[in-house]
Amino acid sequence: MHPAPSIILFTALSGLGFGLMVWLGLTPGDKSAWVMGTFCALALALSSAGLVSSTFHLGHPERALKALTQWRSSWLSREGIVAILTLGCFTLYAGFWVLLDQRIPVLGWLSAALALLTVYCTAMIYTQMKSVPRWNMGLTPVLFLGYALTGGAWLAGEVTWALWLTAALGLLQVAVWAIGDGRFADTGSSTGTATGLSPMGDVRLLEAPHSGPNYLLREMVHVIGRKHSQKLRVIGMICLALLPLALGLVFEVKHMLAGVIVLMHLAGLLVTRWLFFAEAEHVVGLYYGKR
Amino acid sequence: MTQPKLDTSPAVADEIRKTTCYMCACRCGINVHLKDGKVKYIEGNRDHPINKGVLCAKGSAGIMQHYSPARLRAPLKRVGPRGSGEFEEISWEEALTTAAEWLASVRETAPEKLAFFTGRDQSQSFTSWWAQQFGTPNYAAHGGFCSVNMAAAGIYTLGGAFWEFGSPDWERTELFMIFGVAEDHDSNPIKMGLGRLKERGAKVIGVNPVRTGYNAIADEWVGITPGTDGLFILALIHELLKAGKVDLDYLIRYTNAPFLVDDDPDSPTYGLFLRDGEGPDKVWIWDRVTNSKQPLDKPGVKPALRGRVEIDGKPYRPVFELLAEKYLDEANAAEAVAERCGISADRIKRLAAEIAHTAFEKEITIEQEWTDFKGETHKTITGRPVSFHAMRGISAHSNGFQTCRALHVLQLLLGSVEVPGGFRFKPPYPKPVYGHPRPHHTVTPGKPLDGPHLGYPRGPEDLALDANGNAKRIDKAFTWENPLSAHGMMHMVISNAHAGDPYPIDVLFMYMANMSWNSSMNTSQVMDMLTDTDETGEYKIPKIIYSDAYSSEMVAFADLILPDTTYLERHDCISLLDRPISEVDAMADSIRWPVVEPDRDVKGFQSALLELGVKLALPGMVDKDGTAIYSDYADYMINHERRPGIGPLAGWRGNGEGRGRGAPNPEQINRYIENGGFWMDHIPQEAAFLKPMNKAYQDWAVERGIFDAPQPYVFQLYVEHLQKFRRAAAGHGENQPPDHLRERITETMDPLPVWYPPFEETRVDVADYPLHAITQRPAAMYHSWGSQNAWLRQIHGHNPLYISGDLWEEHGFADGDWAWLTSHHGKIKIPVARMDALNPKTVWTWNAIGKRKGAWALHENAPETTKGFLLNHLIHELLPEKGDGLRWSNSDPITGQAAWYDLRVRIEKAGADKQSRPDIPAQNSPVGKGPDALRYGEDF
Amino acid sequence: MTTLPASTDKKLGLVIDLDTCVGCHACVISCKEWNTGSYGAPLSDQDPYGAEPSGTFLNRVHTYEVSPPSGPAQVVHFPKSCLHCEDAPCVTVCPTGASYKRVEDGIVLVNESDCIGCGLCAWACPYGAREMDQAEGVMKKCTLCVDRIYNENIPEEDQIPSCVRTCPAGARHFGDLADPESGVFKLVEMRGGMDLMPEQGTKPVNKYLPPRPRDNPPEIDVLGPLLAQSTDEATGFFGWLDRTLEKL
Ligand SMILES: Nc1nc2c(c(=O)[nH]1)N[C@H]1C(S)=C(S)[C@@H](COP(=O)(O)OP(=O)(O)OC[C@H]3O[C@@H](n4cnc5c(=O)[nH]c(N)nc54)[C@H](O)[C@@H]3O)O[C@H]1N2
Ligand SMILES: Nc1nc2c(c(=O)[nH]1)N[C@H]1C(S)=C(S)[C@@H](COP(=O)(O)OP(=O)(O)OC[C@H]3O[C@@H](n4cnc5c(=O)[nH]c(N)nc54)[C@H](O)[C@@H]3O)O[C@H]1N2
Ligand code: SF4
Ligand code: SF4
Ligand code: SF4
Ligand code: SF4
Ligand code: SF4
Ligand SMILES: [Mo]
Repeated sequence: MHPAPSIILFTALSGLGFGLMVWLGLTPGDKSAWVMGTFCALALALSSAGLVSSTFHLGHPERALKALTQWRSSWLSREGIVAILTLGCFTLYAGFWVLLDQRIPVLGWLSAALALLTVYCTAMIYTQMKSVPRWNMGLTPVLFLGYALTGGAWLAGEVTWALWLTAALGLLQVAVWAIGDGRFADTGSSTGTATGLSPMGDVRLLEAPHSGPNYLLREMVHVIGRKHSQKLRVIGMICLALLPLALGLVFEVKHMLAGVIVLMHLAGLLVTRWLFFAEAEHVVGLYYGKR
Repeated sequence: MTQPKLDTSPAVADEIRKTTCYMCACRCGINVHLKDGKVKYIEGNRDHPINKGVLCAKGSAGIMQHYSPARLRAPLKRVGPRGSGEFEEISWEEALTTAAEWLASVRETAPEKLAFFTGRDQSQSFTSWWAQQFGTPNYAAHGGFCSVNMAAAGIYTLGGAFWEFGSPDWERTELFMIFGVAEDHDSNPIKMGLGRLKERGAKVIGVNPVRTGYNAIADEWVGITPGTDGLFILALIHELLKAGKVDLDYLIRYTNAPFLVDDDPDSPTYGLFLRDGEGPDKVWIWDRVTNSKQPLDKPGVKPALRGRVEIDGKPYRPVFELLAEKYLDEANAAEAVAERCGISADRIKRLAAEIAHTAFEKEITIEQEWTDFKGETHKTITGRPVSFHAMRGISAHSNGFQTCRALHVLQLLLGSVEVPGGFRFKPPYPKPVYGHPRPHHTVTPGKPLDGPHLGYPRGPEDLALDANGNAKRIDKAFTWENPLSAHGMMHMVISNAHAGDPYPIDVLFMYMANMSWNSSMNTSQVMDMLTDTDETGEYKIPKIIYSDAYSSEMVAFADLILPDTTYLERHDCISLLDRPISEVDAMADSIRWPVVEPDRDVKGFQSALLELGVKLALPGMVDKDGTAIYSDYADYMINHERRPGIGPLAGWRGNGEGRGRGAPNPEQINRYIENGGFWMDHIPQEAAFLKPMNKAYQDWAVERGIFDAPQPYVFQLYVEHLQKFRRAAAGHGENQPPDHLRERITETMDPLPVWYPPFEETRVDVADYPLHAITQRPAAMYHSWGSQNAWLRQIHGHNPLYISGDLWEEHGFADGDWAWLTSHHGKIKIPVARMDALNPKTVWTWNAIGKRKGAWALHENAPETTKGFLLNHLIHELLPEKGDGLRWSNSDPITGQAAWYDLRVRIEKAGADKQSRPDIPAQNSPVGKGPDALRYGEDF
Repeated sequence: MTTLPASTDKKLGLVIDLDTCVGCHACVISCKEWNTGSYGAPLSDQDPYGAEPSGTFLNRVHTYEVSPPSGPAQVVHFPKSCLHCEDAPCVTVCPTGASYKRVEDGIVLVNESDCIGCGLCAWACPYGAREMDQAEGVMKKCTLCVDRIYNENIPEEDQIPSCVRTCPAGARHFGDLADPESGVFKLVEMRGGMDLMPEQGTKPVNKYLPPRPRDNPPEIDVLGPLLAQSTDEATGFFGWLDRTLEKL
């Protein structure tokens, strides 16, 4: 799949934002209104920036509200609705706290639950795609939730949680890669099944239907850069988990270092999210003799 | 939510105008849907005899062709050096006056100094008439480099070729064998026919080194080695003869199998027929009953097919015996040819058996009374449901004429020509050699030529040679080098004119032929010839006039451009005097008419040519007082008469009832338009088969003006005309070839088909050039025109060289690789791709995809110019030297057909690249470049 | 309308005969020209005369090479457009309801005025049957020529998809695959019509007729009696000739 920057940013940032909301809703601690305000603003900014960024790749962003209508069947619709509810609920929660200094834990729990649900919905947009076997497995939402919670924990300053979660996320990501690598083969899809010609023999594309590029190839058959994926996995893993863990375990996480770790984690997140798209092979590639 | 309400009945168009497609030479009927004055949709015309409603990719993309940014906009005068593409727009008055000035003096002094060649012309009966009135002998269209082998072999053998002049009996054939065809001119009919065979479950066998398109859907693929079809076919004949699987009754009645041939090697008439007077079939045969010579057409005779007889002290043998002896020779056995052809002996035998089985065990009998030319009435017609088709794969070789002949002889031996289930002609074919003119070439300054330029020579006396044996035509057609060059030799014009051999010319006038690019061999050198100057700095070819509709490569090399309209903007005439659109059961012709008006200062070429004719006061185009006889081409289409009552269009003549014959009818074009752009007249039932010998057909054809008197004839297994040239080569008669050609003529012009190796492989070291290199036409592209088409070029924007899996592995190629391809003449660098369904000794690519930078309104980095390439750079119009001081032309020695597919190459792996080589520098575009985005249909 | 109808009255679709398709691309261009001037926004082309021409097409023809375990390689031309799946994942993913499957005939359509151009439906389609128009920013797909097949301004015999009408080889068939009496239904029965990527669970309505077996020599014993005759005998070919001529 084409790793569109807008989608990478959307999923990465909104995930972080909603992850932060989870922590702010569950373990707000005794932050001052000011501090809480800053955290809440950050959570809202990240999640809504992500949502806004997702509209950049729309052909018709002005019709974006129509995307909320199909909650009965569409995960994208559901995600939009739940995200708005989450934002609303969390704003209420934050508003009471920051402006009125009223802490309403129920709103916090509800916000946290909704935030998790939003991330789940986001993940399900990808998970549901049978056409992209690497995504089409139960671990995908777990992974997205893992990213949200871990990133959120780092942002929220929940260092202990963050360290445990980071370790778990690292393992999870490795598992997802390992299992994901075999997903395409597991489906049994091949150019032979795609064309129905497998009973006749080995099937190979001889001539593509068009000698130039097209939308399908640009969007779904991204092969450029994938040859670096092993390298990128290592880099991603180092930034995402290994360095934050090492630093967090060796030093006391405060101020500057917290910032460094968060940025490092974010960098790792962007790399792995890029890989999430770039490595995902759509079955349509079979028609083009590409994966 | 409920589902949206849809308007499922939107208005489609304001108006539908029916005309004829011109995205290729198939000439399908089209319904052009117009909305707000623009072309909205083009679909096939269901009533049309050719396409019956279907349309190919090019036809549907006509919209993009018609609105192409490469369309020329006004007449152009060259202002930069030739080849640069620098032009200035001028008025038509200036353009035609300039042309007339150049041409008037030529006509008065030496008309042959005009060479007028018309490429992919669909109005040859008109352009040739114009050239004839001008008086130059130098006229032809593109047939000489296209498929004259096929055409001439067909005419000399059957009285017509496959091509679009006849067709397999798609409704009845059970076994269809197709040799060397990728698309052909009969593009849609062949596809429709194949579809019909598939529907009926008939078997299709494709004989082709490459398995794509028609060959891909063939039930069996014979991946023959290029240039060996003749051997393969003769082996089939050998096996069939050996098994006695030939139709003797048919051979006796409808072919020259029983003709008596002079068998005395010392006689001047050795190998010629024993004649009984002047007519073509006035021959003697040997009657088995009376044991005496008898005239062929005497009812009741039983002609002998074997036995040497003495008549007036001289020995004679029937054609069939000569034929049988020749092909029963073990040199033609399956085992003897298998390796060379790349087809196992068992397979050849099995194919022969399958053919025999279908022809004779699945015989068809049709209850239809008919009368033959002897007056004998038959109650039934016997059909042989085996049919064949072939095109450039067998004809574009230096042994192509004889290979095409061999295939026709095979058809005749099976008795499957002009019978149910076999191959059938479309009127005005069949038409034997005698139904065609002889070539004419006598020049009188200021006067028309003595007759039509092109024709079918019947012997050495018809060659276009002067008293000293020099060529009279600039292309050296109809000379001893290629005596039967019935379509002229357009591919030799530029190099001969450049060399001033046989004489220099003054004006080169071309129409619709991209001669500086894909229609020439040796493209780079042709560009040099067109721009070469003499000591005084003058161009060696002093003046070049060219008519094109688009900014092609050739435009850059002209001094004066006459911009044509697109096919939707002009009148055209698809005439029975030309290459018509008839069907096996009907004669038909059609027109084009301006379904939209041009929005540029352009003019239909034929109308422009008439205006030029008026300026030159050419006879037939002006009255005595110098006024124009025809106001434009439409007027000519209606009012011109070739013979009294016979004009360009056959329908609705006279009072509107005239079919084929009748006075000009001023309403004629309107009647065509009302009828969907075409006219069709069905052949009567009893005239439908065995047309050459069928009295009802002959009479009907005379009635319809196809000929003026019945001209029955029999098919020619043995072509006596060829033997006449051989007799001359053996030293007989007044006209004899130069000594260096005697041997070649004797070897190649055998009156019974022979096979000899393609010339190029006898001149190069085949170990050094182990591979055959060929091209194929892509169905969705027409030569060079397609690349300006925004839709089609997305399908074929560049062309890889396909190489077989074996070669791929041998050279260690990987996806995305490039290679050097080298011939005896040149070297090109190109991208490669793997293909397994390919003869292992063959490489191929799509034809004419490569483009010169700056042409066709394309951006200079278009893939056609960066990755696309032409094989033409590797092909030379002359064969490699063999040390005899002579340069022999790379063509068929009989017809002069360019031997495109004789090319031998070697391949070497090259690194990845971004630019194919040679990389010819850009030409300027007189029309700018196409837009960066398109949303065609936005307005509707 | 993102939920799929439980069932549709008809199942209109195409049956494509891979045994007959010569790969001429006629259907590709005919589809383009019809649809660029009809339903919805035009099918635009980017860089149409430049280095990377690329445009929206609703139907494309691939060419495959198939190497059987024995015998020569074969080439199969393979046209592909929307298969109007019964379990169309492209519909259920659509967040706006723009994508829907018609209840009356099962045609899968995009209501362009509702489409936000998110591209999700194209991701969901395993077959690459949807292309986003780059100029209009909405999703395009085969409409099964819904504006032809019921169009009263078109003669009845032409109320078929543009691609079907144009196909020179007659490799494309249109009809109601739910109707056992229909031509297409019978073709599928007779020729073993198949689904593409059945493992995707989309239940395509369009069916493909597989190429018939190729390069199989006929079973009739052609070598025996047919080719072994005359010359074996003492009189050879000419003996045979004489005997045969006697009978004529
Ligand atoms: N390597 C290789 N070379 C080949 C062949 C091959 O198989 N392999 N095939 C050969 C054969 S058989 C042929 S016939 C030639 C064909 O080669 P060409 O005769 O060059 O054919 P086109 O490319 O069609 O070019 C004809 C010209 O006609 C112009 N034209 C198009 N429409 C109109 C119109 O309406 N009016 C006017 N006035 N001009 C128009 C086009 O713009 C173009 O410049 O190529 C030959 N060259
Ligand atoms: N779409 C489209 N249609 C066209 C044209 C076009 O440019 N595009 N051009 C028109 C013109 S001008 C012409 S002349 C006709 C030509 O029509 P075709 O004769 O169909 O043209 P080619 O593409 O030259 O096809 C030659 C075929 O012969 C095969 N071949 C080559 N060498 C041999 C051999 O030695 N033996 C055998 N058995 N096969 C061999 C090649 O693989 C190829 O398939 O097409 C006309 N129709
Ligand atoms: S075959 Fe195609 S391009 Fe040729 S005339 Fe017919 S529709 Fe036009
Ligand atoms: S083929 Fe693709 S676009 Fe068409 S209905 Fe099936 S999933 Fe949807
Ligand atoms: S691109 Fe349009 S039709 Fe497709 S899912 Fe998005 S909104 Fe629906
Ligand atoms: S049915 Fe219509 S829209 Fe669909 S592929 Fe055919 S022509 Fe195109
Ligand atoms: S038009 Fe017919 S034969 Fe041509 S590619 Fe399409 S389906 Fe195949
Ligand atoms: Mo040609």
